[in-house]
Amino acid sequence: MSDLGIRESSVEGGLGQSPLRPDGIAKSEGAYEFSSDLSADNMLIGKTLRSPHQHARIVSINTAPALAISGVHRIITADDVPGKPTYGLISSDQPVFAADVVRYIGEPIAAVVADDEEICARAIDAIEVTYEVLSALADARLAKDPSAPSIHPDGNVIREQNVITGDIGVVGDVIVEDHYSIGMQDQAFLGLESALAIPDEDGAGVECHVATQWLHEDLGQVAACLDLPESAVRLVLGGVGGAFGGREDLSLQVHVCLLALATGRPVKMHYSRSESFLGHVHRHPAEIWMRHHATSDGMLLKIEAEFVFDGGAYASTSSAVLVNAVTHAQGPYRCENAAVKGIAVRTNNLPCGAMRGFGVVQACFAHERQMDLLAQACGLDPLEIRRRNAMSTGDRLITGQVVESVAPVSEIIEGLSRMPFPEGAGDTEKHPYELPGGAGNTTRPDDVVRGIGYGLSIKNLMYSEAFDDYSTARCQLRNGIVTLKFATAEVGQGFITIAPQIARSTLGLEEVELEVIDTNVGSAGSTSASRQTWMSGGAVEAACLRVRELVYQHVATAEGTDPLVYTIDGTELVNTSTGGRRPMNEVVVGLEFDEEVEYRHRPTVPLDENGQGDCHTAFAFVGHRAVVDVDIELGLVRVVEISTVQDVGRALNPLSVTGQIEGGIAQGLGLALMEEIIQRDGRIMNPSFTDYLIPTIADMPPVIAELIEIPDPQAPMGAKGVGEPPTISSTPAVIAAIQDAMNTAYGSAPHLRRVPLQPSDVAKTVNVGLGD
Amino acid sequence: MVALNHGSQRIGPDELVVSLKDVPELSIIEVDHEQRFLRIGAGVSWDELLGAPVDTLVPCLTQAARTVGSHQIRTAGTIGGNIATASPAGDGVCALVALDAVAVLTSPEGQRRVSVEHVATGPKRSVLANDEFIESIEMPIVDGWQAYSKIGTRNAMVISVAGVAVVLSANSNSCRIALGSVGPTVILAEDASAFARDSIDWSTIEISADSLERIGELVQQAATPIDDHRSTAAYRSHSVGVLARRLIERGVQEMRNST
Repeated sequence: MSDLGIRESSVEGGLGQSPLRPDGIAKSEGAYEFSSDLSADNMLIGKTLRSPHQHARIVSINTAPALAISGVHRIITADDVPGKPTYGLISSDQPVFAADVVRYIGEPIAAVVADDEEICARAIDAIEVTYEVLSALADARLAKDPSAPSIHPDGNVIREQNVITGDIGVVGDVIVEDHYSIGMQDQAFLGLESALAIPDEDGAGVECHVATQWLHEDLGQVAACLDLPESAVRLVLGGVGGAFGGREDLSLQVHVCLLALATGRPVKMHYSRSESFLGHVHRHPAEIWMRHHATSDGMLLKIEAEFVFDGGAYASTSSAVLVNAVTHAQGPYRCENAAVKGIAVRTNNLPCGAMRGFGVVQACFAHERQMDLLAQACGLDPLEIRRRNAMSTGDRLITGQVVESVAPVSEIIEGLSRMPFPEGAGDTEKHPYELPGGAGNTTRPDDVVRGIGYGLSIKNLMYSEAFDDYSTARCQLRNGIVTLKFATAEVGQGFITIAPQIARSTLGLEEVELEVIDTNVGSAGSTSASRQTWMSGGAVEAACLRVRELVYQHVATAEGTDPLVYTIDGTELVNTSTGGRRPMNEVVVGLEFDEEVEYRHRPTVPLDENGQGDCHTAFAFVGHRAVVDVDIELGLVRVVEISTVQDVGRALNPLSVTGQIEGGIAQGLGLALMEEIIQRDGRIMNPSFTDYLIPTIADMPPVIAELIEIPDPQAPMGAKGVGEPPTISSTPAVIAAIQDAMNTAYGSAPHLRRVPLQPSDVAKTVNVGLGD
Repeated sequence: MVALNHGSQRIGPDELVVSLKDVPELSIIEVDHEQRFLRIGAGVSWDELLGAPVDTLVPCLTQAARTVGSHQIRTAGTIGGNIATASPAGDGVCALVALDAVAVLTSPEGQRRVSVEHVATGPKRSVLANDEFIESIEMPIVDGWQAYSKIGTRNAMVISVAGVAVVLSANSNSCRIALGSVGPTVILAEDASAFARDSIDWSTIEISADSLERIGELVQQAATPIDDHRSTAAYRSHSVGVLARRLIERGVQEMRNST
């Protein structure tokens, strides 16, 4: 840890401390009200009819038999959408209800509203839809072919983006290349999609309580589809049980509002787990080719890469995900020459969009596997090849953008190299439950080989490419109490914990209250892109600073001096010219101020056709080391420990930072070893937590985390976002560790190049008699 | 009930589902030490199978119970439900087949006894009539060694990709090897079991490395696995062979060490 003289606030519950989250106890006791727990008097239940076909023309829809069922109130289809028939985050290409064509299994066709869940289910079964089944385009590599049939009026190609820089003809002494693939990961948030819509008494508007990541984006899209002015639609944040990108797109928002307006009664919709897999976007499956050129001593000369991202049936954020992938192809390493190609295409698969790491996860898996190949080819240790190429502040990226953020990559590598190794290698007394296979009782210590692997990454923070990215916050001071208002979605990341910390430290006042999180204030932007501590944190700080300035002016007027002489130390107002001190809670008696601020980060620009331009706002860096025990013969893995060194700028709430690190690593480990939505002909084969596996406590190892706290001069309070980096390079670190164990066991083993890894991949590659 | 609640199975308007939860007669565990015999009610939960007397008398059933779901699921799920579900991946079924257990089935017509091995006739299909339920399971208490091992894609709370139960009897010098998730039902690997019986030197309690390899091969031959979203047929064959070999080796060694 670095001691750079950061002033620890002496306000109770201020910055740098770890006050407990206000929702923590209720959540752990099961008393917290998630959006799925909401109810209202006179409430009806809504349910969605979804396409059973990957690609089909809708010939007819007959709702009459369903309407005849007692207890069914209304059934709505595309014909009942009064406003815009489509929605979407970047391009509005996704129908509220499919009108003529369905493009993936699970696409909404109609919605039923009835007295209860069971009647809804019967009505859904009773709706008669006649389809003319069309041939489906399920392979992204085929979909990008210009001769492929177009499956959407906007065409199959969502975006192509190349990054070309330097001398692309240069050839290295050492060249390594391979093909990599990443499976479709689900956000697997525990709180399922749900919303409660309550129509206004006069029927002219609606209030929607919903678990979302971005209230104002929902508001704009919902109002357009409802053909209502935004002032007639209010969105209120329902209790959110995790998001990870999967709540950035609309799911049931328009449907539930339409049903409430159609019936004049409160309507609730909530998805089951299997419906949830159909109801939100997923991490893009990707096929990646990379070729690295280096000098014989391992210095990177050139990176060549091709990315193919399967966007599924609708665009969602695919174009931005693609930009993140191609612009992060180099990883946190210096490289002057690059020829990177990328394309994101539509297919008749599940739509893909935002998920923690947002394109960088895919790029990082490939570049870190490549760095290990390069290390091997140059005869260098995996940390040494990374040390030699480590990026630092002031380096130029392959986009031409100069890294102005603090870039402590060398410090991260040094930190990792100093970490002690866990005990227990070759421990013959270990209980089988602690070994690979866990509760399955498969493995004994003699069956185990230990491996160690590393992963490093760079991640952009905030939105890119000229997006007008801002957050709004309001600070009111009255009766000595500070009240904050913002529309920042609390999805579990902890903003409702740090927002009061910011106010306490800025104003020297301990009593801070939060208003309801809804659209009765300006937008806070999305809770994504590791951006809310920086953006909404920046807005809260700025609003509090304005109030503080007004307090200084008030006191200065009363004391006949200059406002500039005042400062706050802990809970006291200090007159720096006299040394006089007064408790802030006495100073503010009778004062009332109310300030609202929109905070913007610095502008960014779109990439040009060669992928050049200052498209990103800022960057954060992290490194991971995984230690694994592998039962080589069976291909079973037990991750023993993950240690990490993360560049956080400044830890405003160290406990919260640790929580993000541990949770993010669990998600990265999940992608490495088990998490994948398996589709066959566009149908999900594992739409449940019985078969879509996420790590349990028996899979998640202890995490040893070291924070690098070098406050970033561009970041409010010096704090960088910490949410995404833990997920990104933990995945390749785990795979590299398994590769290391396989190499130890067998001298050399085939290069691992797909996640999630299956036991059969490890066992197959080392066992005779298992084919290929 | 799980399938009904999940919506993957619907019942017709004139069909009834009767819950067997909280029927005390189904929750018995009876031990007959003289006859070396154990009867477990179909309503006994996994959680109850983790403790006495099952853990010492039929430890492979306890080991199978330990691999089932989470603590919450082990509290709600029962051994009878595991058999009636007729899944080839049933962990309890695999252990019971190796134990040569018998299911007692009850209907208005009376009782009948069916070997657990033959209750399931295919995936999700069984000999159970619509008006028939499993009342209890009877099994011998075997002197010797027994164990259950299971492979899943994570270290706990996972449906079996491959499972093997082995029971070595010191009294009858015999062996039973049962295989899970490698066929339409749990399979008794008869050739491998017979070969193991014959190749173990029961006087010195030893087995050669070559015989262990052969047992693995015979187990692989007995398996008729498929590719599905949980794993591949090739990996399933491979892994039941490895597990059977490891279990027999472990069992012979531990029996020898305990004499």
